[in-house]
Amino acid sequence: MTMGSDPNVAARNQKKGSDPFLWVRRNLFSGWKNTLATLVIVTLLWKLALPFLDWALVKAVWWSPDASSCRKAGAGACWALIADKHRFMLFGTYPYDAQWRPALASLIFVVLYVVSAIRACWRPWLALVWLGGLAAIGVLMWGGVFGLRYVENERWGGLGLTLLLATFGIALAFPLSILLALGRRSTMPVIHWLAIGYIELIRGVPLISLLFMASVMLPLFLPEGVSIDKLLRAQIAMILFAAAYLAEVVRGGLQAIPRGQYEAAQALGLSYWKMMGFIILPQALRISIPPLVNTFIAFFKDTSLVLIIGLFDLLTTIKVSLTEPKWSGYGVEAYLFAAAVYFIFCFAMSRYSQALEASLAAAQSRAPAKEAA
Amino acid sequence: MIELSRVNKWYGEFHVLKDIDIKVGKGEKVVVCGPSGSGKSTMIRLINRLETHQSGRIVVDGIELSDDLKSVDAIRREVGMVFQSFNLFPHLTVMENLTLAPIWVRKMPKRAAEEHAAHFLERVRIPEQADKYPGQLSGGQQQRVAIARALCMRPKVMLFDEPTSALDPEMIKEVLDVMIELAREGMTMVCVTHEMGFAKTVADRVVFMDQGEIVEAAPPDSFFEAPKTDRARLFLSQILGH
Repeated sequence: MTMGSDPNVAARNQKKGSDPFLWVRRNLFSGWKNTLATLVIVTLLWKLALPFLDWALVKAVWWSPDASSCRKAGAGACWALIADKHRFMLFGTYPYDAQWRPALASLIFVVLYVVSAIRACWRPWLALVWLGGLAAIGVLMWGGVFGLRYVENERWGGLGLTLLLATFGIALAFPLSILLALGRRSTMPVIHWLAIGYIELIRGVPLISLLFMASVMLPLFLPEGVSIDKLLRAQIAMILFAAAYLAEVVRGGLQAIPRGQYEAAQALGLSYWKMMGFIILPQALRISIPPLVNTFIAFFKDTSLVLIIGLFDLLTTIKVSLTEPKWSGYGVEAYLFAAAVYFIFCFAMSRYSQALEASLAAAQSRAPAKEAA
Repeated sequence: MIELSRVNKWYGEFHVLKDIDIKVGKGEKVVVCGPSGSGKSTMIRLINRLETHQSGRIVVDGIELSDDLKSVDAIRREVGMVFQSFNLFPHLTVMENLTLAPIWVRKMPKRAAEEHAAHFLERVRIPEQADKYPGQLSGGQQQRVAIARALCMRPKVMLFDEPTSALDPEMIKEVLDVMIELAREGMTMVCVTHEMGFAKTVADRVVFMDQGEIVEAAPPDSFFEAPKTDRARLFLSQILGH
């Protein structure tokens, strides 16, 4: 008590910032309010986190192919479920002996994401890398060539399907959304009202109903004999849905660009598309990064809604794993696993967007490098 | 070079420009002045069609401005413009600001465009700033970059829309010096400005506007010494009086 008010102690504390004991004193017990808050939080952690860790790690059952150890009294989390069913969870009903193919395809997706995230790789050849990567993924998933067995896409599932839906969804919805946003701001009445009509119509409908329409209603309107594959229909519905949301985000960015930027570009004789491509969109999209990534993350998780039309995405395969009698009752473990997989991808997106924002901002506000010159 | 005849413009009910008649010959320098809201900025913005007129004829370098996009593009290639708020592109470096339009509109090879841009940066006296972003420059430097950007398109006419109004007083001179030099080299210029010293030094003619009309147009000597109208006299006493 008395020591805390001693100025010498305070000064010493500031110098020795690295001493853990003093750090705790200064940051956690600096006054009675702070001390009380610290004690409350520590108590809560003690009551909640410790039992959780005890359940999740200490008493957990890691390996038990027949689930017998999990049924014993006092057993904790039954991770044996994941150990036993992880291949089905990740790859769905894909032929068991060929599951290296979706595994490799998922890996290619991740490599494509990482390469695209590196700014030094933002070159025209990146488009070719994507084309090549997607072609390889297509070959791996379908097969039928190079001695690979043909696997119809009804049997695709799990993480590979989730990544497929999310990647194609975002990659195609994003350019479409830019066109919609530009259309909504167009002075040409037909384009303007078409864009508004599209955006408002799609935004006004839940994704679930769009998916239902795509899977149930659409085939009714197609002529006899013509059928579009279920996966493709779901994919199209998701692209149309995401584009409407993204369009409004992009429009928000466009509105933040001052009129002077348009006028300067016009005065230089730039055509509409060059003005948009070189001057307006680069600035508008940059300020839209946080809400864009927000929408991407929401969209990534929305892909799990395809379970209602019978596509086997990651969440569906996990749900189906639980229907096996020996594993029934271990939903908590299974859904924690699902949460962890989704979290890895979403958190990576979030961190990346923050890093990208920081690096783009740094490039322009860098202190003048050679002012003396 | 520029000819406006009987040009009228309305914003809704509001008659901004009334029967504007003005001719600017090749190499001529015209300073446009007048109280705020007199339509002077609107008038010069008609010349490269940042604003549209509702009646009358505007001919620039032998091309009549119309709704035809080709005529607009053709005129914008020949007419450079400098804005009050600079309007540099903040996400591009100074060099990229200068070379973008020459490369994509004039179809110059990148190398040539950069040499060209370096030459104009030299002329506006900031050759060392090429790799910086606009946000790292002072207002006066930014406006000089904006002038260089317009010059890089090799325009036949330069329009200046209050180029020094947004600048701190100590930076006005560096921008005016560049403009005076440009005038001496024979560029056709139309400047909306209240810098009467600049008008006296370089203008062939001063055009005084008020309430959407051209009230008076005369060489600077006679305009400043003996304005013919009361409105011009009042305006001059207000801006020269302090």
